[in-house]
Amino acid sequence: MKQLKLTLGIVAIAFITLTAVSCKENKNEHNNADGHHDTDKTEHNEMMGNDEMGNSDKMMSNNNQDAKAEVIIKDYFELKNALVSDDTKKAADAGKTLVASLKAFDSSKYTAEQQSELNDIFEDAIEHAEHIAESAMDHQREHFKILSKDITDMIAITGTENTLYQQFCPMYDGGSAWLSMSEDIKNPYYGSKMLSCGKVQKEIN
Amino acid sequence: MKIAKIIAVVLLVAFVGIQFVPTERNQSDVVPKTDFMLVNSVPDHIKSKLQTSCYDCHSNNTQYPWYNKVQPIAWFLEDHIKKGKAELNFNEWDSLSNRRKKSKLRSIIKQIESGEMPMASYTLIHTEATFSEEETQKVVKYMENLKDSL
Repeated sequence: MKQLKLTLGIVAIAFITLTAVSCKENKNEHNNADGHHDTDKTEHNEMMGNDEMGNSDKMMSNNNQDAKAEVIIKDYFELKNALVSDDTKKAADAGKTLVASLKAFDSSKYTAEQQSELNDIFEDAIEHAEHIAESAMDHQREHFKILSKDITDMIAITGTENTLYQQFCPMYDGGSAWLSMSEDIKNPYYGSKMLSCGKVQKEIN
Repeated sequence: MKIAKIIAVVLLVAFVGIQFVPTERNQSDVVPKTDFMLVNSVPDHIKSKLQTSCYDCHSNNTQYPWYNKVQPIAWFLEDHIKKGKAELNFNEWDSLSNRRKKSKLRSIIKQIESGEMPMASYTLIHTEATFSEEETQKVVKYMENLKDSL
């Protein structure tokens, strides 16, 4: 009986130790897996040509535009719309998609100076998009503010095929801007609470 | 009674067993040239506040508490430090671009103002890490000024 107890004890330690160790390893693997966004990309393609961006096709210009930048802009609007409609889950998904499209950007056709500026922008933007993918609404909006600046700066370099409107809400966090496809104000910082707060600050293109 | 005894023995042995699982230690004697304190002229009182309240998880050198080697607490600490450093590492401050510094400063300000940082699980034991209202004000002001100077 004593021996049985001892054996039992040893087996139990071995088991618990192993479980503890393997749990930790699993978690690491899981983190790595999160780093890949292949699945997001496919999802992303399916979503192309959806609602708001539907009109991008007919407005195609002949300028030397950057298709990858357009995808980023489209994903940014997806995120903006989710925030306008107070939808945390949708905003998180849009954040995830945006991380993938930001990472997919190819800056090789730009000048060295533009490249370093773009890399700088993307590094920052990716971090904000990642946070948006895993935060509550108020944090999502905080990060969206800086992300909006990043995307605006990106567009200053890449250009865009559509006319965009830079809009501004003087109330949120000492004044905050965002981009929109439409002239109408739909405030992503307050959503339904103050949907029409803001004004058009600038027209881009 | 007998079963209770067996369970107690098993738990004890398991507790001893997990002590042998190694953890990564976050310790370094070298303060890199990119450190926040080295590249910015930080007033002493802010320096010491950041050191006590932030550097344990946001730098390459943690002042470990006495119980740090006891599992499973050590895992818990390791995990927090890893995440903290990924988010912000004061030792590597100057390797960030101005754009990212500004982003980080915004987050630092927001986190301190809202009281989200330092984390409650940290200040529970490190009571000296808590920010008084005055300290919050001073540190936030400093960070705001730094952000505007970039």
